[in-house]
Amino acid sequence: MKRRNFVTRTALGSLSMLIGTDIVFGNTMPKDYNPLALQDPDPFKMFNKDRGMEVLNDKPWNIEAKAHLLDDKITPNTSMFLRNNGLIPENIDASTWTLTIDGESVSKSKTYSLADLKTKFPQYTYQLTLECGGNGRSEFDPPAKGNQWTVGAVSCANWTGIRLRDLLDDVGINNDAVYIGYHAADVHLSRDPKKEPISRGAPMPKVMQDETLIAFKMNGEDIPLAHGYPLRLVAGGWPASVSGKWINRISVRNIIHDGTKMTGTAYRVPCNPVAPGEKVKDEDMCIIESMPVKSLITYPKTGATIKDGKVLNIRGHAWAGELEILKMEYSIDFGATWKTCNLEKPANRLAWQHFTAEVSFPKKGYYEVWAKATDSMGISQPMLLPGWNPKGYLNNACHRIAIKVV
Amino acid sequence: MDEHTKFKQRAKAIYQMLLGIFGLFAVAAFTILFLMLNPDLLKKSGPQVEEMEYTTVPKEDDFDKIENGIHVRTGLVDAEGLMTVVNNCTNCHSAKLVTQNRMNEERWITTIRWMQETQNLWDLGPNEKIIVNYLVSNYPPEKKGRRENLKDIEWYDLN
Repeated sequence: MKRRNFVTRTALGSLSMLIGTDIVFGNTMPKDYNPLALQDPDPFKMFNKDRGMEVLNDKPWNIEAKAHLLDDKITPNTSMFLRNNGLIPENIDASTWTLTIDGESVSKSKTYSLADLKTKFPQYTYQLTLECGGNGRSEFDPPAKGNQWTVGAVSCANWTGIRLRDLLDDVGINNDAVYIGYHAADVHLSRDPKKEPISRGAPMPKVMQDETLIAFKMNGEDIPLAHGYPLRLVAGGWPASVSGKWINRISVRNIIHDGTKMTGTAYRVPCNPVAPGEKVKDEDMCIIESMPVKSLITYPKTGATIKDGKVLNIRGHAWAGELEILKMEYSIDFGATWKTCNLEKPANRLAWQHFTAEVSFPKKGYYEVWAKATDSMGISQPMLLPGWNPKGYLNNACHRIAIKVV
Repeated sequence: MDEHTKFKQRAKAIYQMLLGIFGLFAVAAFTILFLMLNPDLLKKSGPQVEEMEYTTVPKEDDFDKIENGIHVRTGLVDAEGLMTVVNNCTNCHSAKLVTQNRMNEERWITTIRWMQETQNLWDLGPNEKIIVNYLVSNYPPEKKGRRENLKDIEWYDLN
């Protein structure tokens, strides 16, 4: 023990040298305390996330929620999944931030300050469902490359901003406009300034929707840095990668936008169905637009043990891209029989809908509660994995939780 | 006294002096060692700080520590080719992007090509074979079928 003290003293000396300054009170530094300069960044503190969230990747940061963390009707930042393709920009100065509208299909490009955007256009607030195109990727067989999202890469927060349509009207766009593409301040992983981590967009009909916003507020406050402060495109119901973060430029294109992650296999699925593991040529891959029908049981958390004879109250959310949910059902016998859930109308178009049900179990034992949503086109969630695709997108298979009745 | 006796006396004097010096050295060395082992003796007496256990700061050689077959710093499996993978594959992205994926040889190579074409990954040269072998041996595809059983359920009482 004494010899260890000596080692500590010597080490403290070299530690001070490493940090470049004396560690005051270093000789009374308690065990188990690491000086801040040597600590790993704590993502939960750094991004204000619930400690139950799952870090899939720390460079770039990718963090997902678990089903039970998404129980709120309006998703708070603490349980909102975090998806990054590059490095989060540093030293953002909102007072000098500008948004430029350019591209082949504007007659003259125009630049706006944040104050311009906030004062010159009417503001709207919508609750919008944002789901990562790769949510559920972890279940595909053969496995698909990328972050192995399970169920938690979805959120539905309130977004406040101006309509992209109003902004484009102010700039004036030509009739040949086909697509918009966003450009943003995030940094490529290789730190190559010539490379954009991601530059996606949407076709004009989506751009012109009431709910497609250039947002500067999330849940009534400045957008958190990791979610796109100070300016974010929000296009609910489509893969969340359309909703570009930290945007400083929007190009109005006379072709389908060809920015990073618009081409090749990124955010695309085979135009025609393929067998699991089949090779698909780039030209046979089609861009994902509206996300498919899906739902999540957010209460109770999976693994609940209840007393025999007790009724279990379940609840959750359902969403269907551009469409509405018409029916919500649950099954406790692996789909042999289905019972209907109570279903609320959405707060607005493109917002998820809440459901509840009272579930009774006939006898003791192990059960799974499966949830199945049906959209306004009559399309339901599959119980098995939907069509395999090379990049593992659009897994909307039924969510289920385990319950034991004792 | 003849020359011989004189010489003998001088030699004896030198011998005694050396003995004295070595003695002093020995005492000094002992004292220093003792103080090194008991540094508290040098502390001024006064209000004693509560005795606490001090922790050692990780030394440089712990940087690539392996625990239970896992390279602690990256989470990668400790196997042949580990450091080649660490040095080539964790500069741009996290090792978590490797450890959460499962691919066969062809698809790991395709992934490397994609990174070389679009993500500024360098030519791996002879290291490519080492890296691909490591990935295929330690992160091969797993069969999951159309739907897996629910696993890792943490049971709790719901009142």
